[in-house]
Amino acid sequence: MGASFSLLTVLVLVLLAFMGVRVAGWDPLFGVVIPYTALFVFLVGVVYRIWDWAKSPVPFRIPTTCGQHKSHPWIKGNNIENPSNIFGVVIRMALEILFFRSLFRNTKTELRADPSPRLIFGENKWLWAAGLAFHWSFLFIVVRHLRFFTEPIPFFVGLIEYMDGLFEIGVPTLYMTDVVILAAVTYLFLRRVVIPQVRYISIAADYFPLFLILGVAISGVLMRHFYKVDMLRVKELATGLFSFHPVTPEGIGVSFYIHLFLVSILLIYFPFSKLMHMAGVFLSPTRNMPNDNRKRRHINPWDYPVKVHTYEEYEDEFREKMKKYGIPVEKE
Amino acid sequence: MYNGGKIFAGLIVFICLITFPVWYNVVRGKAAYRPELKIVTEEKECVESSEYMRNEHMHLLDDWRNSVVRENKRTYTAYDGKEHEMSLSNTCLKCHSNKADFCDQCHNYLEVTPTCWDCHVIPEEKKL
Repeated sequence: MGASFSLLTVLVLVLLAFMGVRVAGWDPLFGVVIPYTALFVFLVGVVYRIWDWAKSPVPFRIPTTCGQHKSHPWIKGNNIENPSNIFGVVIRMALEILFFRSLFRNTKTELRADPSPRLIFGENKWLWAAGLAFHWSFLFIVVRHLRFFTEPIPFFVGLIEYMDGLFEIGVPTLYMTDVVILAAVTYLFLRRVVIPQVRYISIAADYFPLFLILGVAISGVLMRHFYKVDMLRVKELATGLFSFHPVTPEGIGVSFYIHLFLVSILLIYFPFSKLMHMAGVFLSPTRNMPNDNRKRRHINPWDYPVKVHTYEEYEDEFREKMKKYGIPVEKE
Repeated sequence: MYNGGKIFAGLIVFICLITFPVWYNVVRGKAAYRPELKIVTEEKECVESSEYMRNEHMHLLDDWRNSVVRENKRTYTAYDGKEHEMSLSNTCLKCHSNKADFCDQCHNYLEVTPTCWDCHVIPEEKKL
């Protein structure tokens, strides 16, 4: 249900861009208005959501750890798995953000019937591998796109492009990241459909971003290798957007507008969706705190003075009555 | 607000990274640059139509290279039946002798690095 709805939505979006440009000829809408709207919604939305998170109280130290805590000098502590200071936290966070370290530990549990019913536990690295391949490819692809956004092109873009097309397969060169991202997203989708437990918990909000990104990648690959567009004019449009002199040159192929529209939708969708994990990973309370509960006293910052009535005060208040009824008192 | 300072700093870094194309173009001030192709020939038409050449010239050159180097077939029949010698140096560069003002204009603009000149000698520029 979620999957077919998401797929249909993406197909409708593609059709919308196709009709809008090819039939209605709304190039300025799809080339300028929607991309600007998308960038605006993306920036404001992401900043708003991070700000919203930042306002939430973080009273306790709740790091999840899997290493020896620093304690006595003769017990070797593990400052990365169980950081006791900021340095350890920075290393831990960097490993988490760059290499998805916690996902690397992903395990699977299976009920085996043969030879006797038993629960087995095992490694499960596929999600980690596909996730890593997908995210890194995406990053490289985004950086690579700077060649359309900037003039002159920064040196690192050429370097990345050279590395990406190192094998020089075909003309124009096939990018490795294109192949990897298509394979990885396909795996991430199939995993949701094939594994029954994952399928059970998957909803449209899981499938839609996958299909949307797949749509972006496929339209990009098609544009590069099959349905060619006039790149000169594409760069005119792109640099125009980024220097606030928007233009929509005539004669850019419709495949470009489909690609751009899907990217715009992705940007608009971003702040409202689970894609916000891009920012959320930095704010994971179980990862971004040092485990120093026993070293530093953490006082709940929202504790306010509570009106208490101690026994001494109680006795002061009722001493006479207590004595009258023969109840023992501490102070005469 | 907890760790507001750090989160604010992170947000600033994020915005700077996202808007990189904007401020980079402002700093370098060349966003309005457009490449200019100079065509220095008397000929009226390339081996195929301009439209085709603009989008597909890399495939044409690749096909020519494969055809000549691997199959020793050196004659290309264009859409209008005209025959051309499949040769970068003798056919393409006869008209487009100005690599810097023709090929490089778009290739540099879009960071395209064709491998033509790995083997071929860069022709002497014809002064206009």
